[in-house]
Amino acid sequence: MSRFTGLRAVFKREFKGYFSSPLGYIFIVIFLVASGWLTLSRDFGRFLELRQASLDPFFTYIPWLFVVLVPAVAMRLWAEERKTGTVELLFTLPVTLEASYLGKFLAGWCFLGFSLLLSTPLVLQVERLGDPDWGVLFTGYLGCLLLAAAYLAIGMLFSAITKNQVVAFILGTAATVVFLIIGLPETLEAIGKYLGGYAEQVLWSLSLADHFATMTRGLLELGSLFFFIAFTAGWLYCGMAALDRTKAS
Amino acid sequence: MDETPKDTESQVDETPAAAASTPSSESGGTSGEAAAEAVVEVRGLQKHYGPIRAVDGISFTVRRGDILGFLGPNGAGKTTAMRLITGFLEPDAGSISVAGFDMATDSLLARQKVGYLPENAPAYGEMTAVGFLEFIAEARGVEDIPRAIARVVSMTGLEKVMHQTIETLSKGFKRRVGLAQALIHDPEVLILDEPTDGLDPNQKAMVQQLISNLSQDKCIILSTHILDEVERICNRAVIISQGKILVDSTPHDLVAQAPNHNVVRLTLDAPTDGLAKRLGTLDWCERIDVASDTVIDIYPKNGENHLAELLDEVKDVPLQGVHLQEGRLDELFRQVTEGVSR
Repeated sequence: MSRFTGLRAVFKREFKGYFSSPLGYIFIVIFLVASGWLTLSRDFGRFLELRQASLDPFFTYIPWLFVVLVPAVAMRLWAEERKTGTVELLFTLPVTLEASYLGKFLAGWCFLGFSLLLSTPLVLQVERLGDPDWGVLFTGYLGCLLLAAAYLAIGMLFSAITKNQVVAFILGTAATVVFLIIGLPETLEAIGKYLGGYAEQVLWSLSLADHFATMTRGLLELGSLFFFIAFTAGWLYCGMAALDRTKAS
Repeated sequence: MDETPKDTESQVDETPAAAASTPSSESGGTSGEAAAEAVVEVRGLQKHYGPIRAVDGISFTVRRGDILGFLGPNGAGKTTAMRLITGFLEPDAGSISVAGFDMATDSLLARQKVGYLPENAPAYGEMTAVGFLEFIAEARGVEDIPRAIARVVSMTGLEKVMHQTIETLSKGFKRRVGLAQALIHDPEVLILDEPTDGLDPNQKAMVQQLISNLSQDKCIILSTHILDEVERICNRAVIISQGKILVDSTPHDLVAQAPNHNVVRLTLDAPTDGLAKRLGTLDWCERIDVASDTVIDIYPKNGENHLAELLDEVKDVPLQGVHLQEGRLDELFRQVTEGVSR
């Protein structure tokens, strides 16, 4: 028996779970309608008006859309288990904490990936408009996946520390907003002014928005990849440690 | 299982109530099965929640074939003890061995040997009963999942609701689903936290019968508030209060230790001068209660049965009736646990 014994079973149960209740379908519909509207709207993305073979309008709003939607996926992952008592059942099975935590994470991530996949008609539309840069589209979608993983890892930690899904959602959203806005020029300018250039540099390097923007520009930098992986792994590790302490409370 | 069964050991607390305890090495376990293998061994188990000692140094051994009933008032530490034995909680001190595997060092292997029904039988409500059992079976590494499901569905009578979502099931069926998941891998050890709580009498009887049938090749630990249940299906009972084991004995012996066991009530035809005083001088008589002119209660020493001697003593006295009382577990339970909480 390894550290990941039971991961497959947990993953399968969780992933199927998204499609065995209306919640998963509601999420997909909201995501597709909202992302489509933000991309196509004359007030926001202006995709049709720009008439460019690019998905920039879509990628611009994804980080903000995910701020609301990903914590909604994450909030139930542990809070519900703890509230209903199934966490006791789960952790008396021969399943490690790592396996169950990662199983749930991967299931949520695959669900988000599936939702992103359903947005590919936009890619077909881009292809009709002209000759898109497929490399940019690929790195953009990869960036979306990595951003979703980072948000999900943040949301899972808050789901692990409370039994209340609404509280988990609010805390998860707040935390992702913080990591998103610290990379905005206005925020960095204000921080630089009060805390100095070094703090500005540190916060800039922690900004999810900046690393994501790099990828949507078609740049596949090792630094950005490493950042997303390390950031997600760090939150997952902290989430597991938190769950280990809170699971029986 | 290569483990050699070790001597059983019960925690004898230094409380007044502990006087009622009997070492399990003498009375615990199935009589005539002294050599049965020890499957669960708990030694010096402790668990604190802040300043509260939920489990305070309990030790016991459970052998194959045993059905051990955990009794105790609410908050006594029964559920915490069960959570420790199943590996859900880690103890602050002490050790737990399940089927030869140490819960601290070989937790996954130990958990593989245990089937657990937590309090209130939690389950994933949005899943169908069969989907839930498939998940548990896969997580437990069961090889032939359809066969295992067919076996437990038949045992627990879930045929009609297999494809219904769990949240739509009645309480009785939800409990049966919980039992089915605990049995899916045919575990050596079955731990059931209040398995019949909230069930109607028919459902209770069904679950009790199932537990009795399972006990032949398993070791079962169950907690309950229903004292009759312990008398009916357990061959060993442990009374726990404030995290300590107060009594560890067989239900039969516990009944014998109950306050009014073998008390005889004599109902006389007419008042008889000096009879109560005469009976009070008998060697085996602890005390006499004169309820009225014609009703006398005779309390024997150590709850022993001296009915024959008594009848011989009063053979010349005209009697309306003689009633031999049997001890009641609830009376012993109250006596033992109230003694501690005071």
